[in-house]
Amino acid sequence: MTVFLLRRLLQAIGVVLAMTVLVFLGVFAVGDPVEILISPEADQLERERAIRELGLDLPLWRQYLVFLGNALQGDLGRSFVFNEPALQLIYQRMPATLELALGATFLALLIGLPLGLYAGLRPNAWGSRTIMAGSILGFSLPTFWVGLMLIMVFAVQLGWLPSTGRGETVTILGMRWSFLTWDGLLHMAMPMFSLSLSRIGLVIRLTRSGVRENMVMDYVKFARAKGLSPNRIVFVHVFRNILIPVVTVMGLELGGTIAFSVVTESVFAWPGMGKLIIDSINVLDRPVIVAYLMLIVLMFIVINLLVDLSYSVLDPRVRLESRE
Amino acid sequence: MARIHLAAALVACGVVSLLPRDAAAQAPAPALTMAVGAPITSLDPHYHQLSPNNAVADMIFDSLVNRDARDRDIPGLAVSWRAVDPTTWEFKLREGVTFHNGNPFTAEDVAFTLHRVPRVPNSPSSFALYTRPITGVEIVDAHTIRLRTAAPYPLMPTDLSNLRIIDKETAENATTEDFNSGRAAQGTGPWRVVEHRNGDRIEFARNETYWGGAPGFARVTYRMVTNDAARTAALLAGDVDFIDQVPTADLARLRREARITLSETVGQRIIFLGLDHSRAGATPFITDNDGKPLEPNPLKDVRVRRALSLAIDRHAIAERVMEGASTPSGQFLPAGSFGYVPGLEAPRANPDEARRLLAEAGFPNGFRITLNSPNDRYINDARIAQAIGQMWTRVGLRTSVEAQTWSTFVGRAARTELSAWLIGWGSSGSEASNPLRNLVATISREKGWGASNRGHYSNRALDALVERAMVELDNPKREALLREATQMAMDDVGIIPLHIQTNIWAMRRGLQHQARADELTRAQDIRPAAR
Amino acid sequence: MSISTVAPKVETPFRRFVAGFCESKVAIGGLVVCTLIVLAALFAPLIAPQDPYDLAQLDIMDGRMEPGSVGGAGFTFILGTDDQGRDMFSGILYGLRISLSVGVGSAVLAGLFGATLGLMAAYVGGRTDSVIMRLVDLQLSFPAILAALMILAVLGKGVMNVVIALVIVEWAYYARTVRGSALVESKREYIEAARGLSLPTRRILFNHLLPNCLPPLIVVGTIQVARAIALEATLSFLGLGVPITEPSLGLLIANGYEYMLSGKYWISFYPGIALLLTIVSINLVGDQVRDVLNPRLQK
Repeated sequence: MTVFLLRRLLQAIGVVLAMTVLVFLGVFAVGDPVEILISPEADQLERERAIRELGLDLPLWRQYLVFLGNALQGDLGRSFVFNEPALQLIYQRMPATLELALGATFLALLIGLPLGLYAGLRPNAWGSRTIMAGSILGFSLPTFWVGLMLIMVFAVQLGWLPSTGRGETVTILGMRWSFLTWDGLLHMAMPMFSLSLSRIGLVIRLTRSGVRENMVMDYVKFARAKGLSPNRIVFVHVFRNILIPVVTVMGLELGGTIAFSVVTESVFAWPGMGKLIIDSINVLDRPVIVAYLMLIVLMFIVINLLVDLSYSVLDPRVRLESRE
Repeated sequence: MARIHLAAALVACGVVSLLPRDAAAQAPAPALTMAVGAPITSLDPHYHQLSPNNAVADMIFDSLVNRDARDRDIPGLAVSWRAVDPTTWEFKLREGVTFHNGNPFTAEDVAFTLHRVPRVPNSPSSFALYTRPITGVEIVDAHTIRLRTAAPYPLMPTDLSNLRIIDKETAENATTEDFNSGRAAQGTGPWRVVEHRNGDRIEFARNETYWGGAPGFARVTYRMVTNDAARTAALLAGDVDFIDQVPTADLARLRREARITLSETVGQRIIFLGLDHSRAGATPFITDNDGKPLEPNPLKDVRVRRALSLAIDRHAIAERVMEGASTPSGQFLPAGSFGYVPGLEAPRANPDEARRLLAEAGFPNGFRITLNSPNDRYINDARIAQAIGQMWTRVGLRTSVEAQTWSTFVGRAARTELSAWLIGWGSSGSEASNPLRNLVATISREKGWGASNRGHYSNRALDALVERAMVELDNPKREALLREATQMAMDDVGIIPLHIQTNIWAMRRGLQHQARADELTRAQDIRPAAR
Repeated sequence: MSISTVAPKVETPFRRFVAGFCESKVAIGGLVVCTLIVLAALFAPLIAPQDPYDLAQLDIMDGRMEPGSVGGAGFTFILGTDDQGRDMFSGILYGLRISLSVGVGSAVLAGLFGATLGLMAAYVGGRTDSVIMRLVDLQLSFPAILAALMILAVLGKGVMNVVIALVIVEWAYYARTVRGSALVESKREYIEAARGLSLPTRRILFNHLLPNCLPPLIVVGTIQVARAIALEATLSFLGLGVPITEPSLGLLIANGYEYMLSGKYWISFYPGIALLLTIVSINLVGDQVRDVLNPRLQK
């Protein structure tokens, strides 16, 4: 187990390094941050000064080495745009995104699991067909369109919910959280729902197909023969088995939700990391992009590790250590 | 029993918070919530030369010279100024003004500001180009300051309007982060910073002792809502009182709404087409009808350039694409600006003449051309480009339109990789020397000219006129020179002007706004409407 | 396909599949709609009254006309026009072609690529597994927007380039899913047996392991088609999608979205309906195919 984790750690470092190289090359290929950030009125001298000041006058490989050197001392650079440490900017925006992503995932499981179970147990009932058709809508509607429709209906027409932005916050551990206040929750409702919509569909489908497969398996027949109650069979035995794909996919989805809820955050003016990364990409604010993606890739590595570990917990057939 | 009361109170709170905000707005409104479309990156007034930042800086600070709604110089922290000799400007400072922290404003603060401006570290676009002409600063007394230049410099007052004055004592060792946190953001302006949440909102309280009179609201929340539709929706839902950058698609609806008022004015941003003058041989995005490179570059022929301009129906674009929110233009600046050429109207569409000119230039069957455009920079930019694509195609030029994000577009334009492209220019200071120097003057690092002349247009006669205007302190003479240069650039079709954008704001009824030509959205321009 | 003339019907896998598929009326309905949509897309130039990609046929003076208006060219815009005066009906037919090729093309390519890597990771294990899975980590954390922006900057705009961007973004999902189920399957007796018989690796992978991993793969696949189409719409919304003069359904929606508040619903509503119909019918078909192919659901 320790060897396994150690090896994973080494690999993680390699992946993070690969990511930094990719971003450096990528941003270089896309364009020139100074051309985007500079005032149009600036003359040639001023442009040269800005290029020098931001360290962009060096050849790319030297810029990369400078970055690596600083990174080793824990400094991931300062934002070209905000002149603040990139990490600090990301931390400021993190709680807003975390609460939105976790809320959306929770909502997706809360709604998706029961509906999926129902659809799986009664595959031919009309209710199930409606659920399945509805689940497709969830991820086929473009997020920006759903977002605006929600705003139009619930904020403009009905006036029930605030249209955009983050509500009142409470500061815990130096971070601002809004899910602890009523006003904050009201502000969260629409972006959270809009974000969870496609995940709900996914959970429904995964659960349904899992239930259908498991119900015809030998262990269920055996359990039935043993005289276990149908409820026990479904909620203890079957449920445990269908959780594997659901956990895998939702784990990955959570990562995606945290990392790139870009459109939802833009439409609802939610001051989170998704908004930060799209703004940074738009102006090629490389220090922020690099720092952000380093964090995200680390997060995915951890999530994948947890998913792998949970396999062995949930499904005794998979043993990590035995594999070479 | 107590528990029931509590529950009732909670429900009541819930209901109150769910009510449309209009109900609360009936009372004399002490607070104002604004939503702006562009993010503010810093509260440091000398860190990033960027319009949204300047708007917020205008709320917190003052410059020696302020700008009125038509972007003309008006007294700010200086009550008067004059050129005491050709190379010395003298500014008389306003007396009795204090910073938000109570410190008095003096000439020391001006000198300190001029000293700090070129020394802000890591600035992606500094204000140093406005202090560069200054060769010496002399404090005559606490309220008089003299600035020396190497050569006569007529633009000094206009340049100084870009430099917001900060308090020497507070800002002596302050970093950009200290301004962002609000600690060092102590100005003389009408608003004090209460809280700044980067990328989300800024909270202001009014400066009760503002020298220009206290503003009409006790508090202002300045929110950043970058999505256009969401901003309009926030206004319609009553969550915000005021929005800027109203999308043209929503104009029709907002004009119908009785509870919404619009405020608009002709702006200073010209949308135009740039053309590749740099290549004598083939230009990358023009080919003959078989797709083979076309030599020499047809854009070097003024008849072709004129044909491209005459093929465009500017009024159709203003009416259909911009939904009335633009003025067709045949020059850089709107009517009434310094250097505007009277009688130089927007060319009227004339497809027949365009075809004739093309035939005369040797292209009776036209050629293929790609028009490049950003799609996230100017109002309806990609839509305008497509409309022009239609018009060019009709005169026999098979046009394709390639729209991309500003981040990839601007680099390609800067490297002169394009042949024809749509771009915009916001002239600050309402002065024709600004677009002339930047857009059509021959590129020169020494003079600092032509930095945005992406097409490498070059015309010595025009350069000479601008050069003379730049050292001419006599305003009528200077304006004549600028007019002549503008006329020359337009006759030669150095660029193809399309239209000047209209700046539009929208607010709930009961507010009144002074629309600004320079697009800045500032809380002091809004007042409760007189009943 | 010709009906076999042999009198007693031999039960081939294909016949079994067809019979299984026909068990669900909904799926048949989905297949019909799906076929109609594909036909409409294929024959768009014959059906559409206007070539919406030819700028010479568009006129901004016809812009934003309500459904049923008659434009300068003389024919009726049955679904109205967009801001450029593009006939929405024609635009939707042509947009279907782009959206379908982007959606299906990227899903199939990403599926092939991802499933192969996922299988290899699970079956070979060890270093191969580590390398592939770390690549997956890297890929999942790399934003689609940045990938699209890079491809746009290097290759320029185009439908094929959007497909490439989507494949780069999506293959990791398939790899992850296939590896997950293949890990479970490869511990089963039949694979052990196949190994014991020392069958060639390729045969074990594709003839034995893959079919048993297919159900989740098809779930992910049909969803990914829908997602790819929606993701393309999002990229268009951000200005990174297909060229504006050759709009996909997603780009039509993104364009018309700005007119929703002012009541010009048709510009984004009808392409939206077309998009929904397409995705729902593909999924109905996909669901049934998965159920029929699923070896574990067969009695």
